[in-house]
Amino acid sequence: MKDVKVYGPGCKRCEKTEEMVKEAAAKLGIEVSVEKVTDPRAIAMAGVMSTPGVSVDGKLVHTGGLPDSGKLEGWLSA
Amino acid sequence: MSVTQHETPHGGMPGWAWSVVVAAGLVAWWVVYHQLPALSEWIVSLLPVARDTHTGEALAFFFYDVPKVMMLLTLIVFAMGVVRSFFSPEKTRALLSGKREGVGNVMAAGLGVLTPFCSCSAVPLFIGFVSAGIPLGVTFSFLIAAPMVNEVALILLVGLVGWPVALVYLGFGLAIAIVAGWVIGRLHVEGWLQDWVRDIHSGATTPGAVESDDLSMTDRYRLGLEAVREIFSKVWIWIIVGIAMGALIHGYVPQDLMVRIMGSGTWWSVPAAVLMGVPMYTNAAGVIPIVEALLGKGAALGTVLAFMMSVIALSMPEMIILRQVLKLRLIAVFIGVVASGILAVGFLFNALF
Repeated sequence: MKDVKVYGPGCKRCEKTEEMVKEAAAKLGIEVSVEKVTDPRAIAMAGVMSTPGVSVDGKLVHTGGLPDSGKLEGWLSA
Repeated sequence: MSVTQHETPHGGMPGWAWSVVVAAGLVAWWVVYHQLPALSEWIVSLLPVARDTHTGEALAFFFYDVPKVMMLLTLIVFAMGVVRSFFSPEKTRALLSGKREGVGNVMAAGLGVLTPFCSCSAVPLFIGFVSAGIPLGVTFSFLIAAPMVNEVALILLVGLVGWPVALVYLGFGLAIAIVAGWVIGRLHVEGWLQDWVRDIHSGATTPGAVESDDLSMTDRYRLGLEAVREIFSKVWIWIIVGIAMGALIHGYVPQDLMVRIMGSGTWWSVPAAVLMGVPMYTNAAGVIPIVEALLGKGAALGTVLAFMMSVIALSMPEMIILRQVLKLRLIAVFIGVVASGILAVGFLFNALF
């Protein structure tokens, strides 16, 4: 079970990122728990300066803009 | 325009094919762009209104400006999307940390133009900067320049009003960001940050950063397209509304009335323009067609610049976002300092020209 967090205040791109994570996980057959972090303080403390950001199992893998779906699959299966 | 239509799946085209498509798109863009005046006259000639009436004037303005603005936006947003892929808030932070005030303010304002920025990440960005030890005033220089002096504003000014005004806007926009940030730094108002932000500032916790990965040129082109799609999904409504307003001013507002209210002979018009601009929320794309129409009717350049800067740089939604990290007093200082800078620019211009 991968623990994925999507950091963002709730803008459109953050929602889209969350969907992309779920799609990628479904495609790979990986079980994930996706948590959306919307508190600005928590976002900042995680080291995310431009949203949306994505972390997998506590490791920050992406910040700023929509992630590339190919890379996203790579992070999830790593 | 063909560039934007190419939707390729991940890894669909090699890098050189992208470059060819981009080049072809530029040529097509150039050809279409130069046909726009003829196209707008043709559309208006199809409508059941006489060209030389108020309505005809307004419609011609509208049908010329909408495609023109859309095309200019497509081009510049794509180009800046590619350019910005070379910059990131993390890199900017690394460049700015350790810089003293003064030099730091100048660099921050310049980087504010080039670094990808969305007001929705203003808060995490603010904290990221402050926690890295970047002085508060330098952070403000960045936060003022980023939304105000952006490529959308500049290219629309070039296209609709002309490049001298665009240069003036660029220069004075940067100057306001630099000076206002420096002044805020001098005031030593670190105590007016929200308490939790101050704790991070004092070095209690320093967030880590994501390792940046190298992007291929194809990735950068894709980011450019992404930027175009984003801007069109978000700002097109502002453009239409802005141009419609501009068209109404262009067609209906009598010139002598405009000169009386917004001409350079009216001293109170600059502060009035700034006050009017604050609650108005639109972005550069929406306000510049209005600017174009106002200038065309004889409004003074300083007054119009002040109005435009106030609309773009001092917006209520951004203040509400910043409220999470700044106490009200600091927001008031921020508004006060930036508004003073805008007033100064407005008066200066009206006095000089």
